[in-house]
Amino acid sequence: MTGNHTAIPGATRVVLKRDRTDIDRVIDTILEQAARHGFENGSAFAIRLALEEAITNAFVHGNQKAPPDAEDTVIVEYRVDDAAVDVAVEDHGPGFNPDALPDPTSEENLAKPSGRGVMLMRAYMSEVFFNQPGNRVRLIYRRGS
Amino acid sequence: MAQAESRLRVSNRAGVTTVEFADRNILDEANIQAISEEISALIDRADEPKLLISFANVDHLSSAALGALITINHRIRDRKGQLRLANIDPQIYEVFVITRLNKLFDIHDTTDEAIASFD
Repeated sequence: MTGNHTAIPGATRVVLKRDRTDIDRVIDTILEQAARHGFENGSAFAIRLALEEAITNAFVHGNQKAPPDAEDTVIVEYRVDDAAVDVAVEDHGPGFNPDALPDPTSEENLAKPSGRGVMLMRAYMSEVFFNQPGNRVRLIYRRGS
Repeated sequence: MAQAESRLRVSNRAGVTTVEFADRNILDEANIQAISEEISALIDRADEPKLLISFANVDHLSSAALGALITINHRIRDRKGQLRLANIDPQIYEVFVITRLNKLFDIHDTTDEAIASFD
C-alpha cells in the first residue's frame, strides 16, 4: 500500500550512519521499549528481522541510487506503546515501486540470491506502508500479531 | 599483515566439512561477505565437496544471509558437491518456510542426521 500513511505522530527521530554499532543501538533501543510495554520474545524476533531488512534496503538499495551530494545516512523514526511498535525508515534515494517486485517464492525466483527483504517485512509485521515515491517505509507491529 | 579473525568454526568428520558460526546474529553485509568468502574457500579446496552448515549458535539471520546460502549452494553444485543445513532454531526455520527456501535446501534437525544423509 502506498500513500500518505507513513508519518508517525510523536515519534522519536534518529539519524543513522552506515555503522553496525549505530544500527544495533537503535534496534536494541526499540526492542527494549517494546519489552517494557509487554511485547514478548516472538515479537522481538519479528521486529528485529523487519527492521534489519528495512535498514539494509535503505543503505544498500536506497542510498546507492541517491544523488552524489546526499549523505549516506538513514532516518529512523519510532514510537512504542502498549498497542503497537511503530517504526519508519527513510533513505535519500529516488524510491522504488514495492508493488512491482517479483514474488521471491515463485519457482523461477526461488534460487535467486536476492529479493526477499520486502516480502519478509510484510510477512512479519502487522502493516507495512510505503510512501510515494517509495524511499520511506513504515512498519507497524500490533500486539497479538 | 594480520589475518582477519575467522567468523567460522570448521571441523571435519567422515569426509564432511562442518561449519558453525562464531556470531549469534548473521545480519550485516560486511559480516555476511566475510562468511561467504571463508565458506567459498572451503568449497574450492575439495572435489565434490560435502558441506554441513550448522546454525546451532545462531539467533537471527537476514535475507542477505539467505542470499549468501543460495550462492554457496550454487557453488557447491557447480563442483558436484552436496550441502546440508542443520540445527536451525524454530524461529529461523520459519523464515525458511515463509520464503519457501526449506524446499531448496536439504535441512536436518541435528548434525548427526545431516552427516548420515550425505551420499
